This record gives sequence, structure tokens and C-alpha cells, in this order.
Amino acid sequence: MSRPISEDDLNAYIDNALPSARRLEVEAYLERNPDVAARYAGFGAQRDALRSALGPIAAEPVPPQLNLTHLVASRRRRDWGGWRAAAAACLLLLVGGASGWMLRGVGSEPRVGINALAQEASYAYAVFGPDRGRPVEIAAADSAALVRWVENRLSRQIAVPDLAAAGYQFMGGRVVATGNGPAGLLMYDDAKGGRIAILMRPMVQDQNAAMAEHREGDVFGYAWADNGMGYSLVGGSNNAGLLHPIADEARRQFRART
Amino acid sequence: MQDMMALVEPLIPSLRRYARSLLRDQAGADDLVQDCLERVISRWHQRRADGDARTWVFTILHNLALNRLKQKARRGPHIPVEDVSEALFATAPAQEDHLHHRAVLAALAKLPEDQRSVLLLVSVEDLSYAEAAAVLGVPVGTVMSRLSRARHRLAEIIEEGPGRSATTGATLRRVK
Repeated sequence: MSRPISEDDLNAYIDNALPSARRLEVEAYLERNPDVAARYAGFGAQRDALRSALGPIAAEPVPPQLNLTHLVASRRRRDWGGWRAAAAACLLLLVGGASGWMLRGVGSEPRVGINALAQEASYAYAVFGPDRGRPVEIAAADSAALVRWVENRLSRQIAVPDLAAAGYQFMGGRVVATGNGPAGLLMYDDAKGGRIAILMRPMVQDQNAAMAEHREGDVFGYAWADNGMGYSLVGGSNNAGLLHPIADEARRQFRART
Repeated sequence: MQDMMALVEPLIPSLRRYARSLLRDQAGADDLVQDCLERVISRWHQRRADGDARTWVFTILHNLALNRLKQKARRGPHIPVEDVSEALFATAPAQEDHLHHRAVLAALAKLPEDQRSVLLLVSVEDLSYAEAAAVLGVPVGTVMSRLSRARHRLAEIIEEGPGRSATTGATLRRVK
């Protein structure tokens, strides 16, 4: 028999903070103890009521006084004085112009094949990479459920590469939407919280493609395709230099296991 | 600075909500968030690079809020607000939501500050117990016991409720 159910377990149950095995034990306990179940259902309702009552505050538009860009700018003005701010403005103009030049052609024509995949992976990483609240939908502890979910949606067998040797632990993943149907997104992090992700989906064009480097804004990656399945391993600028060998290792494991 | 924009900007709505739920004063809460953001900007380089930015920012805000609450207490009892949700929202919520939420917000306002902040950080802002412990500067065990007390106390207050919230108490039962 497992550990007895404590009040901490019951509270963690309300906060969805239990690993799934423990969660099942708590659910079984609550079925046997309807009084406790009723009290904690009440606490769950309390939590829901608080969230919905206070939710609208976070949905309000942020007032201009709290605009971070403005706050940073006004601090710079204080710190630097006028002429240096003017210099900064010139610099910003240059940066803006240069980024505009670098982004020329972006969005001018729809991408296909491996290029589309690379873009989808970059977008997914830009959204979920910095997400501190819920970067993954299903955590690594439930890998089997995650794999089932992704395999069902992609109708393909998948594998989860082990990148621990490169210092990256598997966090979990989710199914994400792309312009070319559902894709699986696997997320990994290193000891410092740096994240990389692998996006995978079946390919119509570019059924087999050699590994190619890609970059979209601050997101760097390596994309390839094998036997009709496309992959892109993506990361931020801080780990850009490490991505190539990790992508090679991931490809080696995918080839061995699918 | 780029990473600061990316990490801190998405937190601002939550920071406003936490400050306002603690202070129950819209303008005061936004001033507090502004103070907090100015500190974040000036101390960003002192932040531990491996630490979680959200926890760090919430810690700054929480400490500022505590100071503000102490100042208020020193200035004598503040004028009681008739309707907590009127103090919290810029625009009146829809009538039925209003009734439904009023009881729980009124009860929240009656919790001691330490229980209220734990409940808000964990239940509303989705901080993990360890993150809430870091923000409040207490051990995780203390977070757990305060959270438990807060939930029991909040339920008692709602049950005792003033006359008008007794009628809305029924709507707080969980519907799966």
C-alpha cells in the first residue's frame, strides 16, 4: 500500500500539482471518503470562483504608465542625458532599417516542404520556448500518453530522442497546429533552463531532405526529413552553437527507433 | 535588455492582478506595479541568471505590496469599501457574474494578508508551491499549511456570509 493521503496531497490535487500516479491514489481515497471529497470539491469551486472573478483584471489593457518599453526609455533618458539619447535614437533607426532589410522577402511567398517545416518549428518555439507557465501539455513523466497522442494525430510512429548526453532533459510535449496539419512538439531543457524543441510532422513535399540550417528572428534550427517525416530541432540564440551536433544525435536516434 | 522585455512584459497583467487583489485599490496597485517594474529594470543585471524571472519579479512586487499595506495600516483604518468588486474593477462586471463573484471576493478581503497572498499566488497566478515559497520567503511547508488554512477559512467566511452572500453561496458548488 502506498503512503497515506495527507492534507498536502489533497491541496495539491485541487491545484493540479500531483504526478498522475499520486493523483489516481487521491481520487480513489476521495471516492472512499465522500465527506472529505465534498469539502475539497468546495475548495476546488472556491479556486475556480477566484480565478474567474479576478481573471478580468489580467484581461484589461495595460495602461501606458506600465508599458515596459516606455519605462526603459524614460530610465535611459534619465541616465544618459539628451545628446546620448539622440545618439541612441539614431542607432535604433539604423537597427530598424537593417532589420527591415534583413527581413526583406519574408512573407512574400508561401513556403513549402522543408522550408515550411522550419518556419513552423520556429513559430512553435517562439510561442512555447519562453512559456514559463505551461511549456508542455503532457510532462515527461507521462511520455507514453504523449507518444500515443502524437502518434494518433500524425498517424505515424514517433520516438522521443534521449538528449541527456548533450545536457538536455526531456520536459514533455504537445500537439501543435501548423499550416500543414498537426505536428508533434517535444521540449527539452538544460540545467540552466535553456530550452530546445523538436517539431515533427509528416511531409508531402521533401519526403527526404538533408539537414539544413535555418533562422527566423532569434530562433535558430536544423531541419531534415527521413522517409516522409520532417523534423526541425530549434533553440534560441544562446544555444545556437550547440544545435547542430544535437540535431545530428536526434536524427541518429530517430533513424534507429522509427 | 532584450531578454528582459521578453520575460517581463508578459507578466505585467498578472502583476497588476496580484497587486490589485492584495491592495484592493486600482490606482494604488498600478503605482505599485510601476515601482516594481522600475526596480526590475534597474536591477535586471543583478538577477541570478539561472533563477526564474517570474519568481524574482513577483518577489519584488510582493515586498513592495507588504510595505504599502504596512504604511496604510499606520495611517489608521482605511474607509471600508462597501463593495469589494467595485474597488477592484474599472468597469462593472455583468450582473450575474457580479453576484456570483461578489461573495468570494468579499470573503477573500477578510482573510489575513499572509493567507490571502498564498491563495492568490497559487490558485490565481499559478505559481508552484516552491515558487510561492520563494516569493514569500518562507519554507514550502509553511506555504502548504497557510494554503490549507486559507481554504478552510475562506469556506467558513462564505458560509457565515453576510445576508446577501448567503443566497450566492449555493452557486459556489462545483459543477463538473
